[in-house]
Amino acid sequence: MSSASKFKSLATEKSGDLRHRQVIRTALRGYEIVRDKRKAAFQSWESARQAAAETKWEAVNHLDKHLESLVAKLESRGTKVHWASTAAQAREIIAQILRDKKARSIIKSKAMTSEEIHLNHALEKEGFTVVESDLGEFIVQLRHEPPYHIVFPSMHLTRGEIKDLFQKELGDAPSDSPEDLTMVARRVMRQKYITADVGFTGANFAIAETGMISITENEGNARLTAALPKTMVTLIGIEKVLPRFADLALFLPMLATAGAGQPMTCYNTMYCGPRQPGECDGPEEWHVVLLDNRRTELLADAEQRDALHCIRCGACLNVCPIFRNVGGHTYGTTYSGPVGAVITPHLRGLQEWKHLSNASSLCGACTEACPVKIDLHHHLLQNRRNASAAQPAFFEKLAYQIFGIVANEPRFWSLAKKIGWLTQPLHSAIKGSVLDPARSWTKTRDLPPMPRETFKDWWRNRK
Amino acid sequence: MSERENILGRIREALVVSAPLPGSHGDTTAHATAEPPASHAREWLPSVGASVTEQFELFAKNAADLKADFQVLASRDELKTVLAKLRDAEKWQRIASHDGELSNFACKSLGLPVTLTDRGYEVQEMEKCDAAITECDALIAQTGGVAVTSRSAGGRALSVLPPHHVVIARREQLVADLPSAFALLQQKYAPDFPSMISFITGPSRTGDIERILVLGAHGPKKLTVLCV
Amino acid sequence: MTVTLFIPCFIDALYPRAGISMVEILERLGHRVVCPEAIACCGQPPFNSGYHAEARTIATPVLEKLADAEAVVIGSGSCGAMVKKFYPELFKDTRHAALAQQVAARTWEFSDFLVSKLGVTDLGAKFPHKVTFHDGCHGLRELGIQKQPRALLANVSGLELVEMAEVSCCGFGGTFAAKFPMISTAMGEVKCATAAETGAEYIVSSDSSCLMHIQGLLTRQGKPTKTISLAEVLNSQ
Repeated sequence: MSSASKFKSLATEKSGDLRHRQVIRTALRGYEIVRDKRKAAFQSWESARQAAAETKWEAVNHLDKHLESLVAKLESRGTKVHWASTAAQAREIIAQILRDKKARSIIKSKAMTSEEIHLNHALEKEGFTVVESDLGEFIVQLRHEPPYHIVFPSMHLTRGEIKDLFQKELGDAPSDSPEDLTMVARRVMRQKYITADVGFTGANFAIAETGMISITENEGNARLTAALPKTMVTLIGIEKVLPRFADLALFLPMLATAGAGQPMTCYNTMYCGPRQPGECDGPEEWHVVLLDNRRTELLADAEQRDALHCIRCGACLNVCPIFRNVGGHTYGTTYSGPVGAVITPHLRGLQEWKHLSNASSLCGACTEACPVKIDLHHHLLQNRRNASAAQPAFFEKLAYQIFGIVANEPRFWSLAKKIGWLTQPLHSAIKGSVLDPARSWTKTRDLPPMPRETFKDWWRNRK
Repeated sequence: MSERENILGRIREALVVSAPLPGSHGDTTAHATAEPPASHAREWLPSVGASVTEQFELFAKNAADLKADFQVLASRDELKTVLAKLRDAEKWQRIASHDGELSNFACKSLGLPVTLTDRGYEVQEMEKCDAAITECDALIAQTGGVAVTSRSAGGRALSVLPPHHVVIARREQLVADLPSAFALLQQKYAPDFPSMISFITGPSRTGDIERILVLGAHGPKKLTVLCV
Repeated sequence: MTVTLFIPCFIDALYPRAGISMVEILERLGHRVVCPEAIACCGQPPFNSGYHAEARTIATPVLEKLADAEAVVIGSGSCGAMVKKFYPELFKDTRHAALAQQVAARTWEFSDFLVSKLGVTDLGAKFPHKVTFHDGCHGLRELGIQKQPRALLANVSGLELVEMAEVSCCGFGGTFAAKFPMISTAMGEVKCATAAETGAEYIVSSDSSCLMHIQGLLTRQGKPTKTISLAEVLNSQ
């Protein structure tokens, strides 16, 4: 089954799942209320967006210089920096570090890039134990499913489902209260932090000026992952660069506001090296793996380059009516929602993934929500244009060519309307059935009755 | 050719064609301004009030919203009293801390066994501690947050592993907003930054289960900020 | 002035009353209205699917017929967005590039024309019903049409406007409704439910294509809520 057919089939199933629809609506309603409150607290959210957009423009459009500065500074403090052009290279680099350290257990804090390169699966195949420490990721890891949302991995689950999961997989679920369930995860994680050989993190930003990696979180699991194990590994996409340390004063509150409706998340931490002389703890070795994985191809598309400005806040997912109705798993790929629909054709192949760009009503809510002003919905149109130009669909193209002849030639247009009106009674008989050419509409909706006199008829009769 | 050169090469090639500046409606010739775009952030972030009094009030309000305990104390004596009350109420038996003028004072006044981190420590020993007492670099009125570093607050784990984090701060350490906090850190430490800088905004939390707020997900369940 | 009114294909064929209302309103305001016979479609369907050449085939005669118009008024937010925002992109690097920019600059969606260009908000209309307003996404986000319809509805005698609790896409999206019918339907169901919560008798919109989708669902589900175009409400006596 192609990715497109899989998507369509899952989308159809999920769109009709009223329970799922309600769970997601409820989850997002809570977010919307606090998000709007936090946005309103800004003296000017719109000015902040414009500045954030310009800052990311500066970062991405001078990416080589910023990466060189970042790496030079990181290396000067003893960090080992690796460059990975592909997912396979990144996996191999990370696996080799684990082999060199003779590591057995790895504690991970949330990293969408690690999902992107399918790291866990590769490491587990080699015999390493990988534990997700972020509560949401921990939950979906136990369920053997990918994260549902880039910021809220388990938002599709109710407390009852999580209780049953913990009971089944951990034998420990005192009740279904979120407090009790969270404490179960806290208990399970404690010794894992302390005994893990390697701590693995993702990253939200990389600061070129000062050579730092910045990690945003609420739970504290990333801080512990970066504090206790002897070796730390961080995977980060090359596009995550910000030019200056001071830029974080703008981006951290914006990420928290747009992503979670918080003024700041609980922990925002900048690392500039492994344990330094005079410091009492921290990893002896820190490896930073810079990931390309076709980001440079998106970079080369100047029209859509701003898609690399994405700070992975998830705001576009939260407002997208498609996401809200089909859910994160339906997309079948790491990055879902509008940003995923824009970048996945670039990162994984246009023809195979164009359906994500097609599955949109182009309402533009995503573009409006994006804190860095990525022109998301217009990029979906551009992907459609590029896909059709490279590989037009024969019948669709023909249909538009015919429509082109009919629409602006008054005699043909009149004729088409007449035929429509005459065949209306016939259509009632086959409406919604397999014989109905308009079945994709009439399966769930009625068609409007065609009036005898069209507007053009009325206009002509006036004269 | 190394992967570094491959990637940088692809980047340089890609950037030969300019992308338009945001809001420029496709204009690729518009040049970015000399001043960093984020330099006016203070004018757009939430307002903080002009006076120190207002800023303390704002910090207090934010801390309360975050469910962090914040007290401004008139003297070292009052600090002693408050710490003793906390120790008794929370039934602390062992604490962890680091060497520092305020943290030493606090530890001495508590009279409990202390795990000090400065010359290295056993993690399992820190796990047995009921609270961590640390100093900080700044209190940020705008967010109700505390800035700590691995140099000023006893390493990386101290302010996140024990279940109760107590920060002892000086009044002068209150800054108005995030831009001020970043400027302070840059001025204080650049170029030799501590390996970890962390902005702590409230006790640890998660909303991963039905978006219900739960405190103490992995980091401290309780955060107390005492300002003297 | 002379207003060139571009009535989109679905209004022509399915909702002529909306177009007729626009003509009558503009004439009552003292303007001369012309409706070019030969053009029927703005070209959005192929454009939305990425077929730019086919879109240009449809759009070029439209552009040429509108070239000398003093003011172009389009009876739909989505077609209005096509001409005003997307024609310049569609015709970029072609010999019609400049013309596309010029026509775009002289084009308004109907409610925007009344309020922003003519400065008219009171049409002396009467529509004593409880209504809610659906913002078509193209009109809202591409053309910034949000205040204008509400300014007009505020002056309709007897009309009570109740806003929906959330702004969301109805799910039509042009070819999207046919290509991804189940997602489209789910979005429409959410919209209908949100509208029903207002207790409104009528859902009003500047976009008859949205209304076609919403009404299609309401009728199929046997729901009593009715849909009506903004123009018809403004033309009611």
